[in-house]
Amino acid sequence: MLGYILKRLFSAIPVLLGISIIVFLIMAMIPGDPATAILGSFATPENVEKLNRDLGLDKTLFQRYFIWLGNILQGDFGRSYSLNKNVIDEVVERFGATLILAGTSFIMCSLIGICAGVLSAAKQFQLTDKLITFIVLLGISIPSFFLGMMMILLFAVHLRWFPVSGMWPIYGARDLTALAGHLALPASALAVVATGVIARLSRSAMLEILRQDYIRTARAKGLDEKIVIWRHALRAAMVSILPILGIQAGFVLSGAVYIEMVFQWPGVGRMLVDAILKRDILLVQGGVVFVAACYVIFNIAVDVAQHLLDPRIKT
Amino acid sequence: MIGFLKLLSRNRLSLAGLVVIIAVIFVALVTPLLPLPDPDVIDTKNRFKTPFNTDAILGTDHLGRDLMSRLLWGTRLSLAVGFCAAFLAALIGSSIGIISGFYGKHVDNILMRGIDMLMAFPYILLALAIVAALGPGLFNALIAVAIVNIPFFARNIRGVTVGITHKEFIDAARLSGMTDTRIIITEVLPNVFPVIVIAMSTTVGWMILETAGLSFLGLGSQPPQADLGSMLGEARAALITSPYTSVVPGAMILIIVMAINLLGDGIRDALDPRLKSGVLSSPRPRTLVADYSKTKNLDASELLSVSNLKTQFHIGNRNYKAVDGVSIYAKKGACLGIIGESGSGKSVTALSIMGLVSSPPGIITEGYVNYKGIDLIQTNDQKLRSLRGGKISYIFQDPLSSLHPLYTVQQQLEEAILAHQNLSKEEVYQKCIELLKSVRIPNPKQRAKDYPHQLSGGMRQRVSIAMALANDPEVIIADEPTTALDVTVQAQILSLLRELTSQRGLAIIFITHDFGVVSQICDEVAVMYAGKIVEYGPSEMILNHPAHPYTSKLMGCVPEIGKGKRKLASIDGLPPMVDKLDQGCAFAPRCQSTISECLTNDIKLRDVNRNMKVRCIKPETHL
Repeated sequence: MLGYILKRLFSAIPVLLGISIIVFLIMAMIPGDPATAILGSFATPENVEKLNRDLGLDKTLFQRYFIWLGNILQGDFGRSYSLNKNVIDEVVERFGATLILAGTSFIMCSLIGICAGVLSAAKQFQLTDKLITFIVLLGISIPSFFLGMMMILLFAVHLRWFPVSGMWPIYGARDLTALAGHLALPASALAVVATGVIARLSRSAMLEILRQDYIRTARAKGLDEKIVIWRHALRAAMVSILPILGIQAGFVLSGAVYIEMVFQWPGVGRMLVDAILKRDILLVQGGVVFVAACYVIFNIAVDVAQHLLDPRIKT
Repeated sequence: MIGFLKLLSRNRLSLAGLVVIIAVIFVALVTPLLPLPDPDVIDTKNRFKTPFNTDAILGTDHLGRDLMSRLLWGTRLSLAVGFCAAFLAALIGSSIGIISGFYGKHVDNILMRGIDMLMAFPYILLALAIVAALGPGLFNALIAVAIVNIPFFARNIRGVTVGITHKEFIDAARLSGMTDTRIIITEVLPNVFPVIVIAMSTTVGWMILETAGLSFLGLGSQPPQADLGSMLGEARAALITSPYTSVVPGAMILIIVMAINLLGDGIRDALDPRLKSGVLSSPRPRTLVADYSKTKNLDASELLSVSNLKTQFHIGNRNYKAVDGVSIYAKKGACLGIIGESGSGKSVTALSIMGLVSSPPGIITEGYVNYKGIDLIQTNDQKLRSLRGGKISYIFQDPLSSLHPLYTVQQQLEEAILAHQNLSKEEVYQKCIELLKSVRIPNPKQRAKDYPHQLSGGMRQRVSIAMALANDPEVIIADEPTTALDVTVQAQILSLLRELTSQRGLAIIFITHDFGVVSQICDEVAVMYAGKIVEYGPSEMILNHPAHPYTSKLMGCVPEIGKGKRKLASIDGLPPMVDKLDQGCAFAPRCQSTISECLTNDIKLRDVNRNMKVRCIKPETHL
C-alpha cells in the first residue's frame, strides 16, 4: 500500500511540472510591458529598465521559467503589488476559507447525492425515483450563482434564518455556531449542482450493481433488503462512485468562485477575480498554481482510497 | 435519422426540451426584427419600474433600461457565445483527437499528456488564468471557455478515431496511395463526425452556463453590452430592493440549460441500445406475483412442493412463458433433479420457489409453492425472508459472480449465519470455521480471510455450499452448481453434496443439463422442455428406459467414457421460443415419431405407471 502511495505521488511530479509550465506560459503571453503596467505610463526609461531587471524580465523565457520554478518550490510566489503582501501568505489564508466552504459543500453533496442515487435506484420506476430524478434535473440545470442569490432573498432577507453574506459576523464572537450560520447558505448553494450529478451517476452505478448475481445471493441468504442495498450493493457501487466524487470535488472547487462572489466569502476564488480585475498577475499566477497543485494531491488521495476499497486491484 | 427522432419523441420530457430550445433560438434570431426599445438606452427617470405596470413588460433595470429588450438581446448574445465556444472547442479538440488517434505512438503520447495536464486543473481556474492573461472581455471569455473544454473533445474523438484507424477501409485507402491528410478528410472525418455533433450537443449547455458565469464575475461581456450572465451580475447590487431584475436573466439561463439537458438526456437514451431492451432495470427484492385466487388448504406434512407454477417474462409486447404449469415434490433425504436445455425453464422454476426471479420482467401468474403448509408465493416478505437462507437455501451456478467480490469469505459466511441466528462474535466465528471444515476446505482459518477472487473455482463453490448450509436448512436448491467447474472438481462437489444429503437428511433440488450428473446424484428426475415437465420419475428408471422421445434424445447427447463405439448424437433444430408456442406438443417439430394428433391436441402429463409420468402420446417404452 505504502509503495502504491509513493508510486502515485511520484507520478504526480510530471503533472505538477506540466501545470507550472502551462500557468507560466499563459502568464507570459500577456501583451504589453509589465513594468509599464506597474509603474504607470509616465515612468522614466531608467526606472522601467531597473524594474525589468528586478523582475528578471531581461532574461530568456527559458531562464525565467526555471528561476520562477525554483522560487515557488521554496514557497516564494512573489509579492502582490495590489495588496503589498507576499502572495503565498494571502493565497494560503484565502485558500483556508475556500476549503471550509468547498469542504462542507463537498461533504454535503457526497452524502446527499449518494443517498438520493441509492434510493432512486432501489425504488426504480416508483414515485420516489421519479421525484428524485426530476429534482436532480432541476438541480443540475440551475446556475449556482443564480440559486445563491435566490437563497439570499428567501432565507436571509425574507425568513431571516441566516446572515446575508460574509464568513464571520461583523460584531460578536467568531465561534463555530457563527461560522455554521454563515456557511449554511453558500455551502448549500454550492452543493446543489454536484449533488445532482452525484445522485445521477450513483443511481446508474447502483442499477448496474443491483443486477449482479451476488445481490441475488445476498437476497437468497435472507438478508434484510436495507442491508442488501446499503451494505452489499452500495459497497460495490462505491468503487465506481468514488472517481465521480473526485471529479465533482474539482467542480465544487470551481463553483466556489461564483459562490464566493455572491456571498462575499473571503476565499481564494474571490481573490483571483479581484486580482484579475486589478491586473495583479503574480497573485493570479500564485493562486492558480497553488490551488491546482492541491487538487492534484487530492486526486491522488481519491485513487488511494479507491485502492483501499477494492481488494481485487493488486497494489 | 427518422428512427432516432421517433425514439426521441417517445420521451416526452426530451421533446419538451427540444420545443423550448427551438423556441428560444427562434426568438433570439428574430430579436432584431421585433419592435423593442434600444436595450442600451439609459433612462434614469424610469429606474426599477416593476414588471407589467408600465410600457416595459418586464420592467426596467437600475439604469432605466427596458428589461424585456435587454433579456432578448442578452439571450441572443449568450446563445451566440455558447455556440461559438462549443464550435471552437469541438474544432480544436476534435482536430487534436483525430491527429492523436490517427498517428498514434509518439504524437499520441505527447498530445494526450498535454491534454492530461489541462485536465489536472479545476476547470474554472484555467479559465480564470486565461482571462487574466488576455484581459476581461466577452471574446476572451469565449476563448477561455473553449480551451477549457478542448480536453473533453480531444479524448472522446481520439477514442473513436483509434477504433476506426484499425479498420480495413483505412488500410485500403493507405494502399491506394492516398496521403494522410486525404485519408483523414475523406475517410476518418465522416465517421467521427456524428460523435462530434453528439459531444457538442451535450456540452453546449455547459458552455452557455460557463460563459454566463464569467460574465457574472465581471470578466466576460463589458458594459453596456450585456449577456445573461452580466445582466445577473449587474442586478446583484439591487437584489434585495428589486429582485425581479435578477430573476429575469436568471430564469432565462435556467430555462435554456434545462431544455438543453432534457434534450441531451433524450439523445443519450435514444442512442443507448441497453435502455431499449430494458436491461438497465434492477430486480426487485422479490418476484412480482400476479393477482390470482389462492389455494387455501395446503398439506402441512409436505416438505416442499410446487404446484402448477407459471412464471412469465413480460418484455415489451411479448410474453415469454418460461415456466408453464410445473409441479414437483421434494422429499426429505432425497435429491430431485430438474434437467433440460438452456431456456427450458429449469432455473426459473428453481428461482421462483423463493421469489428470486428478476422482476421486472419476471412475474408469477399462477400456482403455489407449499412449504409445510405455507404458500411461499403468497406469504409476506418477512416470513419469506426468514426462510430464505434459513430452512431453504440456494447454491448458484457461478461462484465467482455469486459471491460478493469485496467481502471476505468470513464476512459473507458470518453474515449468512447472523441473518438467522443470534450468536456471539466468538460463536459465529467458530461456526464459520466449522462450516468451512465441513465442506472440506483445507486451512479454514486462513481461507476465511481470503476474498473470493483469491480462491480457486472449486474452493469458491465449497464456500457457496458452506453458506447454504449455514443455518441447517431442510431444502437446498442447487442451480447448476457444477457447470462452471472442471470435471474433477465437479465430481468432488457432487460427492460432497451426496454425502451431505444422507448425513443431514437434506432434500436437494438439483438443476442441471447433464444426465451424467443426474446419474450420480439424483433419486428422482424431472425433464423439462419449453417450460413444461415432459417426464418425471425415479432417475434409475428414466435413465434406463426413457419414455419421452426428448429424454432419450437428450441422453444420446451424453458422451460415455470408455464405451466409445456409439455415435454422439445431437438434437436437430432448436428449442422453441416460449413467447409464441403453437398448439400441441412443443417438441413435435424436432421429434421423429410425430403424428397429426401431436400437433392439434394439448398433451397432458399422464401416469405411465405408479412412479412415472410422461407428456407424450407415443412414449418410447411401455412399462
